[in-house]
Amino acid sequence: MMKGIKKWRLFALMTTLLVFLAGCGREEISTLIPAGKVAQDQFNLLILSSIVMLFVIIVVSIIFVLAIVKFRRSKMGEDMIPEQVEGSARLEFIWTAVPIVLLLILAVPTVYSTFDLADVTSMDVQAEDGNSTHLTVNVTGKLYWWEFEYPEQGITTAQELVVPTDERVYFNLISADIKHSFWIPSIGGKLDVNPENVNTFYLEFDQESSELEDGVFYGKCAELCGPSHALMDFKVKSVDREEFDQWVTAMQAEPTPAEGALAQQGEELFGQDGLACISCHATSGAVTASGVGPNMATFGDRNRVAGYLEHNEENLKNWIADPQEYKPGNLMPDAASLNGGNELTDQELDALAAYLMGLSVEE
Amino acid sequence: MDINQKYTPQSWPEHPETATMEGKNKFIGFWLLLAAETVTFASLFATYLALKDKGPSGMEFSAAGLYELPLVFAMTMILLTSSLTSVYAMYHMKNHNFKAMQAWLGITVLLGATFLGLEIYEFNHYVHLGFGYTNSAFSSAFYTLVGTHGAHVLFGLSWFIALMLRNAKRGLNMYNAPKFYLASLYWHFIDVVWVFIFTVVYLMGVIG
Amino acid sequence: MSSIAQKKGFGATIWDFMTTVDHKKIAILYLISGGIFFLIGGLEAMLIRVQLAKAGNDFLSAGTYNEIITMHGTTMIFLAAMPILLAFMNAIMPLQIGARDVAFPFLNSLGFWLFFFGGIFLNLSWFMGGAPDAGWTNYASLALASEGKGIDFYSLGLTISGFGTLIAGINFLVTIINMRAPGMTYMRMPLFTWTTFVASALILLAFPPLTVGLFFMVFDRMFDANFFAVEMGGNTIIWEHLFWIFGHPEVYILILPAFGIFSEIFAIFSRKRLFGYTALVFATILIGFYGFMVWAHHMFTVGLGPTANAVFALATMIIAVPTGIKIFNWLLTIWGGNISFSVPMIYAVAFIPSFVAGGVTGVMQAIAPLDYQLHDSYFIVAHFHYVIVGGVVLAILAGTHLYWPKMFGTMLSEKLGKWTFWFFFIGFHLTFFIQHFLGLMGMPRRVYTFGADQGWDLFNAISSVGALFMAIGVIILLVNVVLTSIKNERVGNDPWGDGRTLEWAIASPPPFYNFAQTPLVRGLDSVWIEKMDGNKKGMIFAEPLGDIHMPNGSIIPFVISLGMFIASFGALYFLDGDKPWALAVLIIGLGITFGSMLLRSLKDDLGFHITKAELLEDAKGGNTDGH
Repeated sequence: MMKGIKKWRLFALMTTLLVFLAGCGREEISTLIPAGKVAQDQFNLLILSSIVMLFVIIVVSIIFVLAIVKFRRSKMGEDMIPEQVEGSARLEFIWTAVPIVLLLILAVPTVYSTFDLADVTSMDVQAEDGNSTHLTVNVTGKLYWWEFEYPEQGITTAQELVVPTDERVYFNLISADIKHSFWIPSIGGKLDVNPENVNTFYLEFDQESSELEDGVFYGKCAELCGPSHALMDFKVKSVDREEFDQWVTAMQAEPTPAEGALAQQGEELFGQDGLACISCHATSGAVTASGVGPNMATFGDRNRVAGYLEHNEENLKNWIADPQEYKPGNLMPDAASLNGGNELTDQELDALAAYLMGLSVEE
Repeated sequence: MDINQKYTPQSWPEHPETATMEGKNKFIGFWLLLAAETVTFASLFATYLALKDKGPSGMEFSAAGLYELPLVFAMTMILLTSSLTSVYAMYHMKNHNFKAMQAWLGITVLLGATFLGLEIYEFNHYVHLGFGYTNSAFSSAFYTLVGTHGAHVLFGLSWFIALMLRNAKRGLNMYNAPKFYLASLYWHFIDVVWVFIFTVVYLMGVIG
Repeated sequence: MSSIAQKKGFGATIWDFMTTVDHKKIAILYLISGGIFFLIGGLEAMLIRVQLAKAGNDFLSAGTYNEIITMHGTTMIFLAAMPILLAFMNAIMPLQIGARDVAFPFLNSLGFWLFFFGGIFLNLSWFMGGAPDAGWTNYASLALASEGKGIDFYSLGLTISGFGTLIAGINFLVTIINMRAPGMTYMRMPLFTWTTFVASALILLAFPPLTVGLFFMVFDRMFDANFFAVEMGGNTIIWEHLFWIFGHPEVYILILPAFGIFSEIFAIFSRKRLFGYTALVFATILIGFYGFMVWAHHMFTVGLGPTANAVFALATMIIAVPTGIKIFNWLLTIWGGNISFSVPMIYAVAFIPSFVAGGVTGVMQAIAPLDYQLHDSYFIVAHFHYVIVGGVVLAILAGTHLYWPKMFGTMLSEKLGKWTFWFFFIGFHLTFFIQHFLGLMGMPRRVYTFGADQGWDLFNAISSVGALFMAIGVIILLVNVVLTSIKNERVGNDPWGDGRTLEWAIASPPPFYNFAQTPLVRGLDSVWIEKMDGNKKGMIFAEPLGDIHMPNGSIIPFVISLGMFIASFGALYFLDGDKPWALAVLIIGLGITFGSMLLRSLKDDLGFHITKAELLEDAKGGNTDGH
């Protein structure tokens, strides 16, 4: 009998463990596989609170199971009238005091961590050369894409955030339209992107994203912002400081002209004399002005088209031809409306795709 | 409760507003309603304070430069006086002196109507200056807070008038005494809210 | 007035319900309309789970999905859970305190019809240009940008039904303060009455901020006001504050009456006095009190700053203490009892682990830094469904079984009840337990689709299967209701056999005047006391049999509400510019409302009397109004 129970327990434990392991999710996006200091702190709080709460659940469960097993009517007799107990001051005291102690255990790290994670005092500390000692990124949430401006470096990119590892990166968040929320689950918790005020916090990236299966961390919009809220994804490349500096330098340089006849045709189409895509989409990274559409300087280096579609020319062409099909409610006009009402030919789409895929700073 | 029962000042109970079960229920229920009204105005005040002087860049108006304090002070005095006259009316109600009650209520209504007229004049004046409802967050919050109070004044006046007309012929009884009492309670509440508006919106606004 | 013992035709029955001011009939109206809205909300839930059953599903479009989640949340909270609880409050609370009726029978009817027309108005949005699509929280920047009239339907509909709820709250408060039977002191009131009392106080103080917020929303969208228009100096965070100053107490408005129902069930089916009654009462009051001080824990990620976050985190944690007190007192109530596992008790027993699970994840989210991860992810979806379904809905199902005989005079089938329970309970945990992990794995809430490459496929599929189980459970419940009504086996005063409080000392259903003689209450669980004393009559009475004064029925509440309903359509369309008729509709609607209010105020309504002779005859025949 005892042996049977033990075996059952072991089995239950194993199943729970299995579900839990399967429940860790993908390393690019799971909060359960933290890849930065902030997420690690939050994960530790999760574990601590889970242990405390498990204790509560176990205590309640034991009393609960014993009570409903011991005092069933089939055991007590149909006519038995139990003693009408009024209560017990001692018990009331115990189950008031013990939870308070448990909450205190949680309260201390909560308060510490709340202030620690909001500490942005060193953000504006300047080194002797007048530059900030830390990287700051200005994030603007727009329907349904993300703009990342590096004010010190004088560069802007979109949809794919590039950051150095093993140091604090500060973020200023603001929305250009609807309220969004900026969330990179495996790096740290979210912060809302409000239209009326700048929110500031920091994150740390302890792992190079190239070690991940998909090569990037996944970022999300976590606040309902319209039909395509679910598709307002962004990606994060974390690289070591040296590589980051190289990337910055490459971004600051003038973009190289398109190579090959097809891509050159695409560049023309993209430009003012073609479809005038460029009036919304800058192709140089060395800008700080906020764009109407995402900056295209790093398009060829990206992991996704439109933030969530697989990065290939097919998806890119589909997207250009009919953006509303892929992100309902986004602000990009469909190609035909820029082309005097005519659909783009396959050849023109090929040209645009070739040009955009060639935009790269990571060569 | 018999609506046709006739009372004399001697047989009239000391607290006619709570002498019947219905009266008691109305009394408590109305106080609770005033609690809800208090929360309503608290929300409006909080919003006003959050949006005070907030507007599009280059906004012309701010609280310090806008308000006509002498006018508002006169309005305050008029409304406070009307609260006092409604106290007199209730004094006569409790003494079963219907005519005196009606007279004091009449004065209360006149004072209230004067207040309302001045408030309409004030709003009209601001609008003519160019401070319209849709100008800024500040203007929306101001008009909504003060205007909600104004709507309450209007409702209070209508209530008084309806009660006075309805009961003009049949005088006081146990059925309508609680109604008169509650209307005057409502009037006091409106008065208290105005004191807060005068302080928080106008005085603090002019001081800056 | 001899309305006693008459058989009525169908039309007359409808008219009777439209004009009734009887708290028991209004309870039935609340139960039926709340039940129908519950089915609509459930259908919307099923559509959500179908859409999310697999990655990249295109069953629903993005826009439709947002409409459905918005309407699911709004319907379930405002139009299903709260009205069904109001049904039980109406049906049972006046009986529990030995009152003739509620304090304001006329307002009781008005409250119902306002809720009803508000709910209908909101749901008509589906057929009139699209439902609201900014989530049930309706955050301002998205709501202002939302095209079409969905958000206006939301604001106007909730304003109307909110007035109804506020009226109900005031009514119950006055009833409990003023109309308790002799001997029914505050500390002898049944727990369900206590929780009704505290929940009503919360309604009183929580609904006005929502109404103010909704008015701002209406003014901003229709009259170009600038409360939330950022470029004009407005601030959308104001909406969030107003919404959650309402929204958090709202959670307790729902869960406290649920606690009350379970408290009654634990005592009845353990055949034992509630353990620590005093502590349970004070815990109820404390929870209600704290409920107003924690709203900003819904806004930890808004950027209010670390001080505000830390303060609200600690305040939130404190709520766990009175909640824990309740759980342990219930456990000690069944401990040493004599437990009968009838359907209501099964729900009550299942509620404890379910609600504890929802409670502990609540404490986890009170840890502000941890909440930065959990907020707006599927973890929070799991959490609030554990609390609302595991607490409130289980209480509603339990209460339906418990009070069905008192409301309709016949018992729901125990066998089918158990089937419902098992389907619903298993389905509930299957659906929502796994969503905790989805959240931790990075899945945000309110996403209409998800990519296959994020590792969320399996758990979402499991969750959808669970939802199907819940749906089957609800369908069995409907079958149960139909079969029970057909069989219609009448029951006596105390069908569960172990009733302890006053509602079990009166016929099922009670006559329309409730107790012919007001009972005299000698202690907590007054009926139990009389039972133990061997009192054959069931109760002792505080007064001799005499004439009873009753209020008249009235169609005016219905007409007032109808006027508001009509006016809302006018308000909805008159600013479009191209619809000149809309202004007329608005004026006519408001005219109907204010005209009928004036009529009510000017026309004396003194009620009528039931004579002693009629009561005696009634007692002999055992007839009640219309049954």
